[in-house]
Amino acid sequence: MLDFSYSRAGSLAEAGTLAAGEGVRILAGGTTLLDLAKCGVEMPETVIDILSLEGLDGISVEATGARIGALAKMSAVADHAGISAHCPAISQSLTLAASAQLRNMATIGGNLLQRTRCPYFRDPVSFPNCNKRNPGSGCAAIGGVTRNHAVLGTSEQCIATYHGDLAVALTAFDAVVETDRRTIPIDAFFLLPQDRPDRETVLERGEMITGISIPASAAAKNSLYLKVRDRQSYEFAAASAAVGLEFEADGRTLKDVRVAVGGVATKPWRAKGVEEALLGKPLTTAALAEAARLSVDGAMSHGGNHYKIDLLPRVVARAIETVAVTLAPQLAAELGEPA
Amino acid sequence: MTRTITLSLDINDRRYDVDVEPRVTLLDALREHAGLTGTKKGCDQGQCGACTCHVDGKRVLSCLMLAAQAEGRKITTIEGLATGGGDLHPVQVAFMENDAFQCGYCTPGQIMSAVACIREGHAGSDEEIREYMSGNLCRCGAYNNIVAAVRQAAEMADA
Repeated sequence: MLDFSYSRAGSLAEAGTLAAGEGVRILAGGTTLLDLAKCGVEMPETVIDILSLEGLDGISVEATGARIGALAKMSAVADHAGISAHCPAISQSLTLAASAQLRNMATIGGNLLQRTRCPYFRDPVSFPNCNKRNPGSGCAAIGGVTRNHAVLGTSEQCIATYHGDLAVALTAFDAVVETDRRTIPIDAFFLLPQDRPDRETVLERGEMITGISIPASAAAKNSLYLKVRDRQSYEFAAASAAVGLEFEADGRTLKDVRVAVGGVATKPWRAKGVEEALLGKPLTTAALAEAARLSVDGAMSHGGNHYKIDLLPRVVARAIETVAVTLAPQLAAELGEPA
Repeated sequence: MTRTITLSLDINDRRYDVDVEPRVTLLDALREHAGLTGTKKGCDQGQCGACTCHVDGKRVLSCLMLAAQAEGRKITTIEGLATGGGDLHPVQVAFMENDAFQCGYCTPGQIMSAVACIREGHAGSDEEIREYMSGNLCRCGAYNNIVAAVRQAAEMADA
């Protein structure tokens, strides 16, 4: 890790001014920045520590929605009873992510901004060609070992997966990212790689996340985050789904459907096709199977990651079925065993 | 030219003044500057848990925290668990009684994590212990005995 200068910001405004400078990085929990600085991916000249700033770690839940301060720790949000009641998928996405130690360190703002775990991205010495690190240099992953790479939202320039879990849950429930300058709907916050994989979010230089708000909805309240992975714990998703449902009074027609998926795409991925196929219709086994297949609409395999195209519809179907049966137990007989 | 900063670290209720480069992690400050080598460097990438210590009572990975970030916070390492009289912490005793290690390299991190796991209330069942101890890897594979040790210490804490 190259050396840098370090200072603690006295205020958000000061941090914002300093962060606009060349070679400056904001440091909060440190679990991404220091990790990548050790790999040689990040080479900050100056690090501005904002972890001690007051008033940015609050968590509040009201009838209209929840708000989480950018410096709230993952563990604090995961264990917050109000958040769990407001949107269980958010709590679950955090509890199923990382390890207890990392959740005590990592902040919510930093969690959104975590970088990909593409092994080619993380190894600049062995693989100088990476369009995300060094625009225009090529992509070592394409044609390489791609078991954990994305099948959705890829480009000819980059197939790196966005591995975060929280942002997937936030995407399903229309969260809004608040910065020191503006508010941004989460789906617009993250960028597709296209021909500029180095640009991952719409944040401008020096702009900082200050919080996230999640509007209240019945679907958020009736939600689940299902994460399928190679190990039981402390592993990124092979495929995951954040799902929320609301039924009409008949207990079978879907009034609201939210589906976002993770571990499979270059950004947190809203599965609009699945939602539209199910909305306003009775939930049946056939309808569910057909809709779940739409989660991989447009998916592209790069060899080793082909299994994700088979896996994702099953994860989506199981997540929807699990929530549906919890809400409307009489559907259990009709929907049968989870996919 | 190497720039150093002077930090005053509160480790195990003792003050340590250290001169370090800003990039020095808490782990390296503990081992190389404070002479507290009980905290182990395993992967140095936040993946193995060997460097687990407590900052303000919460378990963290000292390899992913700058020493400068820990200034003004209360740091507890494996050396700080036993009482002043030399009595081992109940979790340390449980690890010995259950033979919860083979080579012992991951043990300080396992014990620091276990102390926090029990305090957090996440040691209610073997399944819960496995989940909340998953950030501490043991390459010898002593997991069954580690779970038994955490369970025994948790039961003693409840008694």
